[in-house]
Amino acid sequence: MAGFVGCDETIERLYTYLDGELTEQRRIEITRHLDLCGPCVGAYGFEAELRKVIASRCKDHVPDDLITRVAAALDQEHTRQSN
Amino acid sequence: MADQALFSDLAMEYMPALYTAALRMTRNPADAEDLVQETYLKAYRAFAGFEQGTNLKAWLYRILTNTYINTYRAKKRRPEIADVEDVEDLYLYRHLSAGQASGLGRSAEDEALDRFTDTDVKAAIESLPDTFRMAVLLADVEGFSYKEIAEITDVPIGTVMSRIHRGRKALQKALVDRGSTRGLVGATDKAR
Repeated sequence: MAGFVGCDETIERLYTYLDGELTEQRRIEITRHLDLCGPCVGAYGFEAELRKVIASRCKDHVPDDLITRVAAALDQEHTRQSN
Repeated sequence: MADQALFSDLAMEYMPALYTAALRMTRNPADAEDLVQETYLKAYRAFAGFEQGTNLKAWLYRILTNTYINTYRAKKRRPEIADVEDVEDLYLYRHLSAGQASGLGRSAEDEALDRFTDTDVKAAIESLPDTFRMAVLLADVEGFSYKEIAEITDVPIGTVMSRIHRGRKALQKALVDRGSTRGLVGATDKAR
């Protein structure tokens, strides 16, 4: 059965909770705490948003010539292996 | 001999993700392009041993990571600082909340977060030491699970969790430092 957890433990486990890597029981405990605690929900919402911001700000356009280069290198390797 | 058409069909779609990771790791486009090409060549040569139906993306990242460690880290001149500063929980959140009346505008921190640009986030990630940078990239940018990251980087899951955890905190510190110089972040900590 799931027990009660406080703010400190919730914040400590927040990343693992967001990562979906807690055990089922721990996950339920943290969810229950978040349902009741405004400050922790604020922190949770922020960390979730930060995760999205980091992922979305980290895109780079692949140079066209890299695609061509890699394809050519693979062709060359294929030819080398065929001989 | 590997099936080139099959390899290309399956592997080429991961190039944007691999290139982004390569760029964050090497910190420069020329090395990143070489690293990606080298990764594809090695993967192609080893493709016969790849078990179809298993995680190709993770397998490619494993090759990329090992190639980076063996080639690019070795040639780097400056010594790698192997650790990061210990930073308190919710470091960025508390800094972005600083000076704001509590209870007012609960999304104010989220709005402040929006003012960080691509350049800010990339620079903050690139400022992290190698092992932490790699862990944060794999977890937060690529969304790999702890288990997948353990396989990619060939370290135990406990080590992966510790690196991700500390890497994220260090990233928040780097964002605060960068944000402070640009006036995005309040100077004082909000009382807990």
